[in-house]
Amino acid sequence: MGLCRFGRLVKGVGVGRRRPFATSSSAAGGDEMIVRGTGSKSLNLYSAINQALHIALETDPRSYVFGEDVSFGGVFRCTTGLADRFGKQRVFNTPLCEQGIVGFGIGLAAMKSNSQIIFFQLLIRHASRFSSVLSSIVNEAAKFRYRSGNQFNCGGLTIRAPYGAVGHGGHYHSQSPEAFFCHVPGLKVVIPRSPLQAKGLLLSCIRDPNPVVFFEPKVIREGTDITLVGWGAQLSVMEQACKEAESDGISCELIDLRTLLPWDKDTVEASVRKTGRLLRPLDENGLISHEAPVTGGFGAEISASIVERCFLRLEAPVARVCGLDTPFPLVFEPFYMPTKNKILDAIKSTVNF
Amino acid sequence: MMRKSGSTIIKHLKSSSFGLTSWTPKSPLPLAPPSFPQILQIPAAGDFSNFCSRRFESVNAEKTPDSDTTDRNHDQALVFPEGKVKFTPEMRFISETAEERECCYRILDDNGNQILSSNYVEVSKEVAVKMYTNMVTLQTMDTIFYEAQRQGRISFYLTTVGEEATNIASAAALTIDDIVFPQYREAGVLLWRGFTLQEFANQCFSNKADYGKGRQMPIHYGSNKLNYVTIASTVATQLPQAVGAAYSLKMDRKDACVVAYVGDGGTSEGDFHAALNFAAVKEAPVIFFCRNNGWAISTPTSDQFRSDGVVVKGRAYGIRSIRVDGNDALAVYGAVHAARDMAIREQRPILIEALTYRVGHHSTSDDSTKYRPVEEIEWWKMERDPVSRFRKWMENNSWWSDKQELEARNSARKQILHAIQEAEKVDKPPIADIFTDVYDSPSSDLREQEKLLRDTIQRHPCDYPSDFPL
Repeated sequence: MGLCRFGRLVKGVGVGRRRPFATSSSAAGGDEMIVRGTGSKSLNLYSAINQALHIALETDPRSYVFGEDVSFGGVFRCTTGLADRFGKQRVFNTPLCEQGIVGFGIGLAAMKSNSQIIFFQLLIRHASRFSSVLSSIVNEAAKFRYRSGNQFNCGGLTIRAPYGAVGHGGHYHSQSPEAFFCHVPGLKVVIPRSPLQAKGLLLSCIRDPNPVVFFEPKVIREGTDITLVGWGAQLSVMEQACKEAESDGISCELIDLRTLLPWDKDTVEASVRKTGRLLRPLDENGLISHEAPVTGGFGAEISASIVERCFLRLEAPVARVCGLDTPFPLVFEPFYMPTKNKILDAIKSTVNF
Repeated sequence: MMRKSGSTIIKHLKSSSFGLTSWTPKSPLPLAPPSFPQILQIPAAGDFSNFCSRRFESVNAEKTPDSDTTDRNHDQALVFPEGKVKFTPEMRFISETAEERECCYRILDDNGNQILSSNYVEVSKEVAVKMYTNMVTLQTMDTIFYEAQRQGRISFYLTTVGEEATNIASAAALTIDDIVFPQYREAGVLLWRGFTLQEFANQCFSNKADYGKGRQMPIHYGSNKLNYVTIASTVATQLPQAVGAAYSLKMDRKDACVVAYVGDGGTSEGDFHAALNFAAVKEAPVIFFCRNNGWAISTPTSDQFRSDGVVVKGRAYGIRSIRVDGNDALAVYGAVHAARDMAIREQRPILIEALTYRVGHHSTSDDSTKYRPVEEIEWWKMERDPVSRFRKWMENNSWWSDKQELEARNSARKQILHAIQEAEKVDKPPIADIFTDVYDSPSSDLREQEKLLRDTIQRHPCDYPSDFPL
């Protein structure tokens, strides 16, 4: 049910596709095409989130938005105007305590209220905060339904958090912790790549009958044609690499995963197996890119699954272009990042393997 | 400049005692908070007029830009967000403890004699008999289930021995609409609410009638119907959740509160502090009921905290609190009754610390004689037993007889043995239940894994227990 709902809503804002759970590729009509087709106004990510929250609060009187710095509009301005419009009982600041916020949200959601938790980067990124939040999310939110045999659940709980490099973030403000959450059955993990996606996906998450962790990329650049597997803001870097690869005669298909748990294996597999429409060499090769450290990252999961399903079709090892296995190093950010040229080099060496 | 001698400073440490307030039934009603007009009807009214709560004042910083932050009168004060703070030239630190330990509310002495009290909450004969019968059933269930674990028929068990009064009396003072977020030693609360012995047995025996589908350890009960949120093994995580649930009740203007149980060990967890703070700030109708039973598995309270127990922690968060004799069923009943009344009527959290003792081992995985003296256990068992104390009071009222005692114990024993036999006959949960309830509906990954598992079972049936329906 939740999956379908996801699909419909995503479609509603113009990024839907055949697959019910949030995967798109340009071949079948990605967001760019539809954005232009419907003449949408330009929208930045935070306005999109803000609009989605307005809709959620408007349509469900038992939905709440709370977290650190929410009342005044939030560090990233996502909650601007919400408290004035919907009142301080539904949109409010909480004490500075993430385990309290998540626990409170679980209890609220368990009473069949939709609750939106808002975290800010400083807090969830801080390693010590992260561990206390993990316990509430892993042991409580994710297992609430399973442990009660579906007598209780905390569906409706959406935990939003910014993630990824920001240009000046250092250890705590630039991490990409999505893989931690992807190891937790019972959670859904969603990362939009663009404002329009963000609006639709966030509304879907809020209305999903399962708890969702929703990561918001901080920087989004628009792009068009697609070829590799990635998610979030990294997509725009990958797009640039794809464009340059194209001028070297390599055409790529780029898949935006959007939902990491559960992730859309079939679409990735179909793409890797595909022949004819795209140039041959890459069809049977894969490249995954994410900003998070390479070891134990979600790219490893994707790589393993592709090998399981398409072993005989692969003509080269699946390549991963990812962050380094270090804490995020402030001044070395350009070195740490999986940049366009790192991706381009990997495309070439994979194709020429 | 330090001009005061040490002794003067110490004198200042002995500051005046805190204002105490008593709760009186059937006194005039206080005004309800403006946001909750006349919607709640509580049978017994309380008098809270003695409280000098600052709750509705000075929530925002007082904005007096053109006045001096200090006035020049004799009482110099700093205007600060929660209200004026007086200045003093005396350097004095707040004492780490009050001069005397916080008192413990009780109504029954060790012999079951009722002590004269000005604000005793009456317990009717009907309720008292049900309370006592439930205590007997709980004791009997604990004895038999414990034995069943020792015989290897269930994998784990955890008793409430010694804490029958905290369990049953707290439950009796609530209504079924109140939502319970248990720790794990509160089976009696569920029993009081109507969970049948068969339902207890089904859970412990992990059969297909277990609402949790055999996926959690024994004693992890839960019942949506009875507003008892399924138990998790994790300690204190239920507390912030309880606050969130209470906030939901508040927003929905329900005539109900949330009751969250926790042990003494749980109060050291960050979640406890997060929950109390959230509850106070959000003015949530939640009762935190701490069963201070002296031991967190092997950790004594002396290794747990250096405060005067748990009750004093409420004040630091701005929460009204009471310490009660957990082995006095009447006192527990009264305290919870009054707490519920205040929580709902005034929309505020309440902290109750019940002093009791875990007479049993922590669980069947524990031997507590390894870390605590047997004499200590025996003393609590013989001298301070909450069940026999309550029975004496019942007998003094001529509400209970030896004959009824015999009947109650026999009947409980028979019913429990029957429930166990029945539970053992019921099938194990089907294989499909491994995969349900991870999400509202299984993801494609889970469906694929289920298919793989079924194929493997078919190929290697000998590897798997045969009593699980495919």
